[in-house]
Amino acid sequence: MRRSLDLAFQACALLVLLAALAALAALIVDVVRDGTARLSWDFITGYPSRRASQAGIFPALAGSIFVILLTAILALPIGVAAAIYLEEYGRRNFVARAIELNITNLAAVPSIIYGLLGLAVFVRLMGMGRSVIAGAATLALLALPVVILATREALRAVPKSIREGSYALGATKWQTIWHQVLPVAAPGILTGLILSLSRAIGETAPLITMGALTYVSFAPDSIWSSFTVLPIQIFNWVSRPQRDFHANAAAGILLLMGLLLTMNGLAIWLRDRYQKKVAG
Amino acid sequence: MTTARTRPLPGSLGELASRNAAPPSSSSEPCKIEAKHLNFYYGQKRALEDITVQIRPHLVTAFIGPSGCGKSTFLRTINRMNDIIPDTHVDGQVLIDNTNIYGPGVDVVQLRRRVGMVFQKSNPFPKSIFDNISYGLRINGLAGTTSELAGQVEESLRQAALWDEVKDRLHESALALSGGQQQRLCIARALAIRPDILLMDEPASALDPIATQRIEELAYDLKKKYTVVIVTHNMQQAARVSDYTAFFWLGRLVEYDRTEKIFTNPTEKLTEDYVTGRFG
Amino acid sequence: MRRFEFVIERGLFLCALLSVGTTVGIIAVLAVETAAFLREVPITDFLFGTEWTPLFSSPSFGVLPLVAGTTLVSLIAMLVALPMGLLSAIYLSEYANSRVRRVLKPILELLAGVPTVVYGYFALLFVTPLLQQFIPGLAGFNALGPGIVMGIMILPLVSSLSEDAMRAVPNGLREGSYALGATKMQTSLRVVVPAAFSGITAAFILAVSRAVGETMIVAIAAGQQPRLTWNPLVQIETMTAYIVQVSLGDTPQGTLEYRTIFAVGMLLFVGTFGLNLLSSWLRQRYREEYS
Repeated sequence: MRRSLDLAFQACALLVLLAALAALAALIVDVVRDGTARLSWDFITGYPSRRASQAGIFPALAGSIFVILLTAILALPIGVAAAIYLEEYGRRNFVARAIELNITNLAAVPSIIYGLLGLAVFVRLMGMGRSVIAGAATLALLALPVVILATREALRAVPKSIREGSYALGATKWQTIWHQVLPVAAPGILTGLILSLSRAIGETAPLITMGALTYVSFAPDSIWSSFTVLPIQIFNWVSRPQRDFHANAAAGILLLMGLLLTMNGLAIWLRDRYQKKVAG
Repeated sequence: MTTARTRPLPGSLGELASRNAAPPSSSSEPCKIEAKHLNFYYGQKRALEDITVQIRPHLVTAFIGPSGCGKSTFLRTINRMNDIIPDTHVDGQVLIDNTNIYGPGVDVVQLRRRVGMVFQKSNPFPKSIFDNISYGLRINGLAGTTSELAGQVEESLRQAALWDEVKDRLHESALALSGGQQQRLCIARALAIRPDILLMDEPASALDPIATQRIEELAYDLKKKYTVVIVTHNMQQAARVSDYTAFFWLGRLVEYDRTEKIFTNPTEKLTEDYVTGRFG
Repeated sequence: MRRFEFVIERGLFLCALLSVGTTVGIIAVLAVETAAFLREVPITDFLFGTEWTPLFSSPSFGVLPLVAGTTLVSLIAMLVALPMGLLSAIYLSEYANSRVRRVLKPILELLAGVPTVVYGYFALLFVTPLLQQFIPGLAGFNALGPGIVMGIMILPLVSSLSEDAMRAVPNGLREGSYALGATKMQTSLRVVVPAAFSGITAAFILAVSRAVGETMIVAIAAGQQPRLTWNPLVQIETMTAYIVQVSLGDTPQGTLEYRTIFAVGMLLFVGTFGLNLLSSWLRQRYREEYS
């Protein structure tokens, strides 16, 4: 009797797990079913229009790529520098511990709050306006905790023996970090960056809040220009009552997921490719 | 039978010299490395107690003793490698060429240029053989022009008796070498920056007998140009390779004398027990 | 050389300090605008008022309907995510062999990687119509659909953190239970879960915090009608969706309406921050128990 109860419980738990996966499957099937028809070269290179069947997603796609590139340029050096400090220099002091705690907290702040911060500081206070650079700066702040965390892990994975060998030759701390530690940690750092960017590319709320537009009929041409991104375009289309726009939204989702899969795939490939390097 | 605890332990070469009839095997040069009442602490725990010893130039000096006796710790005080371990401190003096290396204003980076180190487990950098050697030269500003650099690399590899084996694959990864070759590479790397002193921390403990023999021959040859200090847990190795031997036990220097005397007719009972294998 | 090293270290330190700057910035921005807001609207009206119509010509600034909306959706999400997440965690931690775990876990993690705007689409255009077939009175915008979808999104978080907590329970406890003749189910439910209790609670609280801060699913599928209600079948508005609504409009800077998004943001920040702190503290506690 107890045995059958145990089996029932196990089955139940497994079913629950499978139900969650089934939900994911339903989502994918639903989006594919709704959107595949609309996905075409015209759609990808076209511009928004009041007529759903003629609307294209190019400004949003260009905006997303532009913003993400800028975010990477901002987040990578600052994140790596902060992680180097925390991991190599500040191990023992109180200030470093406080900073660590702070970063952990920041990672759990809702992303829309970052939008409010970006609005007040980048858009208004620093006068950047509702520009690509302001959006990238906002997303960079959002991505920073993840980049720092991933970099720290990559630094930690570098064997101590390499550092010792370098110090024994009369290298300074920075020489050791720059010439020995960073090259070995680089793939791990890049993987972390790509993963954090793949989260950023799906972010909608902070960019809406700091003022990305929802209807943009041009691709951004400079860092000061206004812009929109893929998820906001999807949001815009899904919010309209007409069913045809919903199909556009689904197509946009397929594009976004495609981008995400590519980025994650790249991150995994990088990680696998360089895992052998230090094995020695 | 008296034990170490009831007999006074010798603390300086002065006392020993009076009992020691034969002159040292070379040099009436002043001593190269000297410790004066050196105490070393890991946190609260004292690892070295009142070490006083004078190590002569152009000789091979071996440090022997059971595991945990402090021989490696003492070795690492000579090039201040222990500095990178947090929460350690030093009482007393370590002098090289009559200058206290723990004194104020001592540049640790310069010190490590003059005192090279080879580690127990070989730690070549994950770079090419050539870059392993050139790294020390570059960071210390000793690298010449491209052709000069090639000459410097060749010379170091010849000194380490590795040149013939790797001359055709200088730009391949150092990690592809065998264990013994990697260790000789580390020796070449240390020699490239022309130190005065070479510290070797159990350099052959991870190697097979043939590779071990080559390392021992190397250590013996190198004393012509350098002062070599070698830590070993292998007494036969110490007997084969060294001119002087220091026996450590539980953080204290029990006896320091010419190698022949330590192994054939030691003064201290404890030394005799150790070298005859009465305890590990 | 010394100089250079010093400059480098200072530079790296400044970058690390930027994270502190971010937190300070968030608090400062929210505080300044909220203070300006509260100069015009008494705090009791804000916190305890039951009508939220700040954009009307004769506005009301009682935030409770927004809080109610957030709470309602989060509650539904938790009702989905907590039991399902915990059961998944039990299965992965106590039953599944490593091969099964290696396959199922990453797929489960995929759920967490889907952008929330996609979940919003799913909630509005698939889940709600599906539910409407079983619940005739269900409005097009409601709390139930997005709540369920949010629960599915948060499930991997609950599962993963609970699993960590359960795996930290020493095997000795399990073995003791099996030796007494208990089944796996009894051991899991009566020994492992209670032993991992603080870690699991920490996971739950963190999940609630995620749900409260979630924006796009509710902005798309829950509606824009602030309503003080427990009815999951009608349109409501959450705190996060309100901020989006105003941001989409043309509210000029410096006006009271503009400041409302910061006041609501402040409430959101304080709420999630408190929950995160509680969760961290609990997680610290369970780590100490077994270290």
